Amino acid sequence: MDQLRDANWVLSVGTFLPLAGVLVMLFIPKAEEQLNKAVALLTALATLAVGVYTMTQFDYDQAGKMQFVAETNWISVIKSTYHIGVDGISLPLYFLSMVITVLVMIYSWNHIPSPGNPKAFLMLMLVLQTGMAGTFIAQDLILFFVFFEIVLLPMYFMIGVWGGENRQYASLKFFLFTMFGSALMLVAFLALFFKTGAESFAIPYLVENGGAIAKNTQVWIFAGMFIGFAVKVPMFPFHTWLPDAHTQAPTQGSVILAAILLKLGTYGFMRIAIPTLPGAAVEWAPWIGLLAVIGIIYGALGCLAQSDMKRLIAFSSVAHMGFVMLGISTLTSFGMNAAVFGMVAHGLITGMLFFIAGSVKERYHTLEISRLSGMLQQVPKLGWILGFCAMASLGLPGLAGFWGEFPAILSAYNPADGLSEEAFRVYMVIAALGTVFAAAYLLWLYQRTAFGEPNPEFTGQGDGHGHHHGDGHDEVHDVNTLEWIAWTPLLVAIVLFGVLPNLMFKIIDPAVTTIVSGFGG
Amino acid sequence: MSSPLLAAVSWTVPTVDYHGLAPEIVVALGLCVVMLVDLFLAERSKWLLASLSGFTLLGAFIPVLTLALDDGGARAMFDGRYVIDDFSLILKGLFLLAGYVVVLLSTTYIEEGEYYQGEYWVLMLSSILGMMMMTSSRDLISVFVALEFLSIPAYMLAAWRKRDAKSNEAGVKYFLLGVFASAVMLYGMSLLYGVTNSTLLSDIGASISGELTAVRIIAIVFVIVGFAFKVSAVPFHTWAPDTYEGAPTPVTAFLSVASKAAGFVALVTVLYVAVPEGSDVWQPLVWVLAVLTMTVGNVLALRQTNIVRMLAYSSISQGGFILMPLAVAAEGGAGGAALRSVVTYLIVYAATNLGMFAVILTVSRKTRSGEISSFGGLFGYAPALGVVMTFFLGSLAGIPPLGGWIGKFSAFQAVLEAGTGWAYAIAVIGAVNSVVAFGYYGNVMREIWMRPVPDANTMPIRTPAQLVLALAITTISTLALGVLPGVALHFGDLAIFAGAFAG
Repeated sequence: MDQLRDANWVLSVGTFLPLAGVLVMLFIPKAEEQLNKAVALLTALATLAVGVYTMTQFDYDQAGKMQFVAETNWISVIKSTYHIGVDGISLPLYFLSMVITVLVMIYSWNHIPSPGNPKAFLMLMLVLQTGMAGTFIAQDLILFFVFFEIVLLPMYFMIGVWGGENRQYASLKFFLFTMFGSALMLVAFLALFFKTGAESFAIPYLVENGGAIAKNTQVWIFAGMFIGFAVKVPMFPFHTWLPDAHTQAPTQGSVILAAILLKLGTYGFMRIAIPTLPGAAVEWAPWIGLLAVIGIIYGALGCLAQSDMKRLIAFSSVAHMGFVMLGISTLTSFGMNAAVFGMVAHGLITGMLFFIAGSVKERYHTLEISRLSGMLQQVPKLGWILGFCAMASLGLPGLAGFWGEFPAILSAYNPADGLSEEAFRVYMVIAALGTVFAAAYLLWLYQRTAFGEPNPEFTGQGDGHGHHHGDGHDEVHDVNTLEWIAWTPLLVAIVLFGVLPNLMFKIIDPAVTTIVSGFGG
Repeated sequence: MSSPLLAAVSWTVPTVDYHGLAPEIVVALGLCVVMLVDLFLAERSKWLLASLSGFTLLGAFIPVLTLALDDGGARAMFDGRYVIDDFSLILKGLFLLAGYVVVLLSTTYIEEGEYYQGEYWVLMLSSILGMMMMTSSRDLISVFVALEFLSIPAYMLAAWRKRDAKSNEAGVKYFLLGVFASAVMLYGMSLLYGVTNSTLLSDIGASISGELTAVRIIAIVFVIVGFAFKVSAVPFHTWAPDTYEGAPTPVTAFLSVASKAAGFVALVTVLYVAVPEGSDVWQPLVWVLAVLTMTVGNVLALRQTNIVRMLAYSSISQGGFILMPLAVAAEGGAGGAALRSVVTYLIVYAATNLGMFAVILTVSRKTRSGEISSFGGLFGYAPALGVVMTFFLGSLAGIPPLGGWIGKFSAFQAVLEAGTGWAYAIAVIGAVNSVVAFGYYGNVMREIWMRPVPDANTMPIRTPAQLVLALAITTISTLALGVLPGVALHFGDLAIFAGAFAG
């Protein structure tokens, strides 16, 4: 692979810069909260600046090729190299991870969850950022694995220390599920390595040589990877950690989890499992598709049954990731395009929904849907933003969510050669039904929370003055400046990609076409 | 000197390679100096002995380095009975450094506990000397002598808190089971000698091949069972938790790292050099031992409330991972990878586990407790210790980029290189076990980060300089080995033993 750019340092800098911030913060006393926040935010902004520079230097005409490739020795004894690069699939996700981190940092300026300690909280977030960005650029399985695992501990602590009441249970569950998956994934990686002649862990090499492995063996190796990635996505029936983790995580944790971490799984399918094991992918695709549509319906039904707003959003993630996986399982460039778009769109929209949930919780001290009402009257701006995001989430044309969902459904009409058309058309119908459910639970959520009269519990006029409810919180206030700063980029992006989806499709398409070229899709 | 053995061969004075023996000589001299100086020191100057022991170990490290830099190839003495090759040098280096860290861990503990000091250091140095000899021994007799040399001082060290019943129990239990294991092993060795007419491992390797008779099978099994006691493999592990809990904590660190490593060194030497052709016997045996060890160790560790007991079971389970690649070492080309994995694992495990004990010692100076719950809220009042402990726990759990992952990784790699059905089976069992292990490592993390401080006693912890140094060494090693695993793997990438697994 020829190096398209000389500037191959940008990816390494973009990935490891957050760690430099962590190092600096190590030497700042815990008590200097503002300084800690400032350093963390500056680091995230600097990282984002590197990301922007990467975007400007990226050669969009060759988005199908790996760019900024850097390759140096790392663990030569086991033939693993420090091999990185981005193409049209990685770039949007890589950049998204930087944007989300900055926004979350801004939001954290005055929203450090209990029990405080912004220094530790923000340091963990920076480590998390390195892990996320690294996963999207790694072109070597071992490097990928290392980055994939780096995100585990920070997230574990973020949920476990700064989370809700049930945080210890949720964090352990999150950790054990993910680790179980990644342990089997590692075994699968090693099996793949040895079956391709024990030459290299480089993904391009494995893509070239993986196809030659006997099909039966491929199916088994794929099984290991499938478990690793499916837990992360999460696909039905491995999703049970997600509602707990999301519900218990602090707002920032939920946003990062939804916007980026889940994508590590789907990205793994597209980057590693499917291209390296094409034979197995064809065998597995119908089952992945089946689990995907089960996830869509199950997630939607789960949403309808929830009484907690955050848990509802978490279940909607299961459904949305179902659409992404359905797109991937068709093994067509059409479906994969939809999948990558869906990943980014879900990141923007669901990330935003979790931000809103966090702000609702902060104002009302509850996320019980039955206790919330009349947000449009009481906090009209927040209410409208919630409405906007709900519309985006249910796939309203003109907003970003549509371009992930609709093409994914459509792609199931015509899956790649060798896949059963009948099965996928059935999936298509089921998935289409899923969108109806999505509309139902989101609109119902919106109706219950935003319409009607505000709950007298929270209006502060209930029993007159001096007899405030509960802990005597301040008057419920509308969206504040910091929230506007953190949210506007997401809201703009949702509209922008909704109106001009080609901005992203034209980057994704060439890369996706390379991946599916073997399937005649 | 009228042994019939000697009478049979014409006696020539063996040539002694003093450069090759220099590390052992330095430790032996240091040992004598410590013993002598102890006699003339006033009680309040006994601290000198600790420094002296530390310097002895560091001093012995210098010839190890010069030998490693010397390109002359392996040095063999006494007809190949004592060999200084890469394998032995790396492990000697490991034992010396691990010993040095243990000295750092022991210093304040031994001083403040008002224990006998001179004897403690002498015994510790003897045990380390035995370990160094073990790495070079290529003869049944020297293997056995080295094994006893390293074990007998350790029995006494385990009972060092002599006013404490638990410590006495620890020493006695360790002693009785250790002696029992030695007897079993010695029986196996005598059978090996009986069927091959030689005690030289490579001779034994040359004669044991082809059809395995019953007596050969019994010989191999007995030798392995003997080593299984030393490395506390299930079902021969029962001494470990009680001994670890009762022994003084620095001694526990020593036992669980250095002593265990020495057992693996002996096991590997015998398997690779003496009985490579007996793999039909020992592969299934080691397979079963490895699976039992990692699984039972894990499951029992989950239930522990005392941190040292938990670490005892965790160390049993880690031993299972070290055994894992040996279970398939004779398949295909997996021998080299298995050896590399064992050495790599021992290195990262030593760094991590010693670090863990350093934290435990430091924290228990304040809490005076061995319960896991005494770590509650550590991150809140001693963030540095909390984070460092988290590193060690994560490393033992095998989470990149902390050292432990490369040990686990190379073990899996060696197993999958063998590529047989048994290999895949043990790989999957190992993978599941590495997840289960997080149950108890994560539990300690949870105490440190998420639980309240017991008694709300948030007095800061005073860490003595020696412990700070020990923590620095182990933390840096743990991180460096994880981020640049090439270093550890490079050490493990050894020319395979002569005669092992022909082809």
